[in-house]
Amino acid sequence: MKYLRYVLSHLWQSKRRTFLTVSSIAVALFLFCTLRTVMTSLDAGLRASDDTRLVVRHAASLVFPLPLAYRDRLAQVPGVVKVGFGNWFGGYYQDEKNQFTQFAVDVPTVFDLYPEILLGPAEKEAFQRERTACIAGEALVKKYGWKLGDKIPITGTIYPGEWPLILRGIYRAATPDADENAIFFHWDFLNESMPEGRKNLVGIYWLKVAAPSDAPRVSAAVDQIYENSPVPTKTETEKAFQAGFIQMMGNVSTLLTILGSAIIFAILLVTVNTMMMAARERTTEIAVLKTLGFRDGLVLQLVAAEAMLLSLAGGIIGCGLAFLLFRKVNFTAGGMIPNFRVLPETLLLGILLAIAMGLLSGLVPAFSAARLPIASSLRKVA
Amino acid sequence: MTEGQGDSGPLISLRDVHKEYRRDSFVVPVLAGITLDVKRGEFLALMGPSGSGKSTLLNLIGGIDRPTKGEVRVAGEALNALNPSKLAAWRARHVGFIFQLYNLIPVLTAYRNVELPLLLTRLSASERKKRVELALSLVGLEGRDGHYPRQLSGGEEQRVAIARAVVADPTLLVADEPTGDLDSKNAEEILVLLRRLNKELGKTILMVTHDPHAAETADKTLHLDKGVLRS
Repeated sequence: MKYLRYVLSHLWQSKRRTFLTVSSIAVALFLFCTLRTVMTSLDAGLRASDDTRLVVRHAASLVFPLPLAYRDRLAQVPGVVKVGFGNWFGGYYQDEKNQFTQFAVDVPTVFDLYPEILLGPAEKEAFQRERTACIAGEALVKKYGWKLGDKIPITGTIYPGEWPLILRGIYRAATPDADENAIFFHWDFLNESMPEGRKNLVGIYWLKVAAPSDAPRVSAAVDQIYENSPVPTKTETEKAFQAGFIQMMGNVSTLLTILGSAIIFAILLVTVNTMMMAARERTTEIAVLKTLGFRDGLVLQLVAAEAMLLSLAGGIIGCGLAFLLFRKVNFTAGGMIPNFRVLPETLLLGILLAIAMGLLSGLVPAFSAARLPIASSLRKVA
Repeated sequence: MTEGQGDSGPLISLRDVHKEYRRDSFVVPVLAGITLDVKRGEFLALMGPSGSGKSTLLNLIGGIDRPTKGEVRVAGEALNALNPSKLAAWRARHVGFIFQLYNLIPVLTAYRNVELPLLLTRLSASERKKRVELALSLVGLEGRDGHYPRQLSGGEEQRVAIARAVVADPTLLVADEPTGDLDSKNAEEILVLLRRLNKELGKTILMVTHDPHAAETADKTLHLDKGVLRS
């Protein structure tokens, strides 16, 4: 500890360099946390998936609907304990940039299929009773400042027109990975407003099976039923469905990993260069310390500690900023990534990365300083 | 103290010391067979033209360089036999260095500069404080402890450097052109201070200088020429 003042004095007296180096590391770690959060948030859907839930959709594509008439036949497939359905609405609130998840759902079954949607009994009843009612996640309600009873006009893009929904319930998610940035409303309300040719069409069916081990058999059985029909199905577990959804965006994970690594590597080079310049400028000073009796190992520690402090400060600022900022603004990337929050493991990884950067950037100058020959280093100046 | 040799023997003993530097494929001889004894409490001046090997000799005695051949024994220790770590500990215990360009750490105050050698000891913070204040008062810089080197004059900087050199109570002071960068008034004050350290505290001092007047301050002057001592 008695040497800490020496290290801090250097950082304090070179304010501009300290500020710029810490800032560059902070920006790098902020970007790292952001990019990793994109990946973990995309994976949140996977983590929130239930192994006893299956998704049935049109075999060709999600954009083609299935007939409502399939419901009763699906309920008869051995192993199926519950059938629900819904349509992706794809609208926005007031302005096109206010996009988030909206689903028209089969209200009588939705809470059985999705027990992670937590809603008080009174609000549940109010929601079930009124055809234009909707429920919204707590995060979304906070973001737009809504309150129960508010009229929330949603402008449809897939289903054109303005849809005046009434907020009757505010749900909370039972798990951290479940989405609190969504609105659910009555499928019946949507269906009855449709022209004749678009009535009784369902986007996807959700099937609840008794046990995860039933999933392959039930999936195969469902698809076999409709194999030769005009509207064939594709049935898969909710996890597989979510994974396919992520894959539709391309290999995002690899791209983000490459981007993140490139940023960290670039900043690492900048930091190494800064630390080497700082050590080189202090050649005489290091020689003087060694003249006074500072051992090579101690000199190495002092130079390395400086790099470590810079890196750690940058890491804490960058990671902390990402954590606070995304928590404060409830960032959802225009509804694309509804569960965007920096996970504790991302913060930990960021800090570990900062420590690794500190070690790597301090190592080269620290070893150079430790190996510095005293007599010739003093002679260069004298 | 681990002097090893009694008060009667020489504090510094050099036997047939050679030093060569390599410059690419060239070998440059700097010292050629130096044999020298310096008694405890002596104030010795080393003079000679540039490149004569004065600073190299001082570096060998101060333990910051090693001879190519021969033996350097200071305060009872054969410096050639010490590994870098032990040599560093030996320097911290036995040698105080004073440089021509003061070589203070610019980001540290006078107090922290003087305290540096004491960080290597087991002294507590309060004991270090006492020692630093004593050293600063010895060089007449009481009240300037919070000043940074850039806020001090050249003479004051050299006084801080001297306080740093004596604060750990070393056996030997080595001074490489301590007045070389000072005006005559400040140079005189530094010489008086060195003389006081020698007479009142009994410090053995080896001083390299170009200035005949500075050399007169010492008890004895040795002349080096082309790596050979001429008394």
